Amino acid sequence: MDTFIELLKQPWPWYVGGIFVGLTVPALLLLGNKSFGISSSLRHICAACIPAKIPFFNYDWKKESWNLFFVLGTIIGGFIAGHFLMSGDQIVIAESTKKQLVSLGIQDFTHLMPTDIFSWESLLTVKGFVFIVLGGFLVGFGTRWAGGCTSGHAIMGLSNLQWPSLVATCCFLIGGFLMTWFGLPFLLSL
Amino acid sequence: MSKHSKEMVETGTACVNESEVQKPWYSNLKYSMVGILFGIVFVKSEIISWFRIQEMFRLDSFHMYGVIGTAVCVGLISVQIIKRKKVKSFEGEEIVIQDKTFNKGQIYGGLLFGFGWAITGACPGPLYVQLGTGFTVIIVTILSAVLGTWVYGKFKDKLPH
Repeated sequence: MDTFIELLKQPWPWYVGGIFVGLTVPALLLLGNKSFGISSSLRHICAACIPAKIPFFNYDWKKESWNLFFVLGTIIGGFIAGHFLMSGDQIVIAESTKKQLVSLGIQDFTHLMPTDIFSWESLLTVKGFVFIVLGGFLVGFGTRWAGGCTSGHAIMGLSNLQWPSLVATCCFLIGGFLMTWFGLPFLLSL
Repeated sequence: MSKHSKEMVETGTACVNESEVQKPWYSNLKYSMVGILFGIVFVKSEIISWFRIQEMFRLDSFHMYGVIGTAVCVGLISVQIIKRKKVKSFEGEEIVIQDKTFNKGQIYGGLLFGFGWAITGACPGPLYVQLGTGFTVIIVTILSAVLGTWVYGKFKDKLPH
């Protein structure tokens, strides 16, 4: 049992993560005929809390509440893993990425995220505002305009051989490359 | 299909399957169980790490491509089996997966989400998990994403689709 727990505490390789994430697709279909998609939860939150008579949010969100239950589960899962299943070792990232990020001013490599950007203290700085607030806005606005995110398009859509999802996935990646190579050097200098 | 769900399809919200059977709220807890497992996997395979996403976009590591590629393979095989064998859900319903219809939003919105993905190092799923692991400030990112979704809904008809 102790060795099993020790094993759990090590970072899991990509294929273990990939298999489990992939299995979410049939799990949701079999459990209740649900298509995997997470960004929809943001729409349901709007529909539940701030519909403001906008037609896009005027639907019976309670019928989609399974999605919110799923999301609540992911938060609990994050809590369990973050508090009981971490080894305490630093995350190992590619040397070249680390070098470039250091040259762009990132200092903290001890957590899953750089706390010099993602923290309450930095929220009130220009840089923190851009990464925490503006970044989130783009995620919400962009995924809804695209009709899905990495789960709905890249995983669920591609699994179902939907070409619009392939277009969306390619655009996600192109946007990410452009921002990383051309946008971040400026944004990290703020 | 009811009018309600047709509208949901056209506007691209992934879930459109309405069960005919009324179920008590706690029947939804099974989705929370899947979510818990999913959240643990996201932390342990470091999918929620801002650094891993940076590696991916800098083409310095295979890790995230491996995760997404494997997930798509497993999903693809499962969906094909379910469709070809006409597997029913545990509740005995026929499994229906809505086709995605193309519109220009997948390009414009896709690019904008890509920008946000590189900045926050997260898609919507990882945002929730990051919050769970103890990065409490990410609640602000999530609320901002809700706001982004709301603003899209407000100006939807003025945007190209």
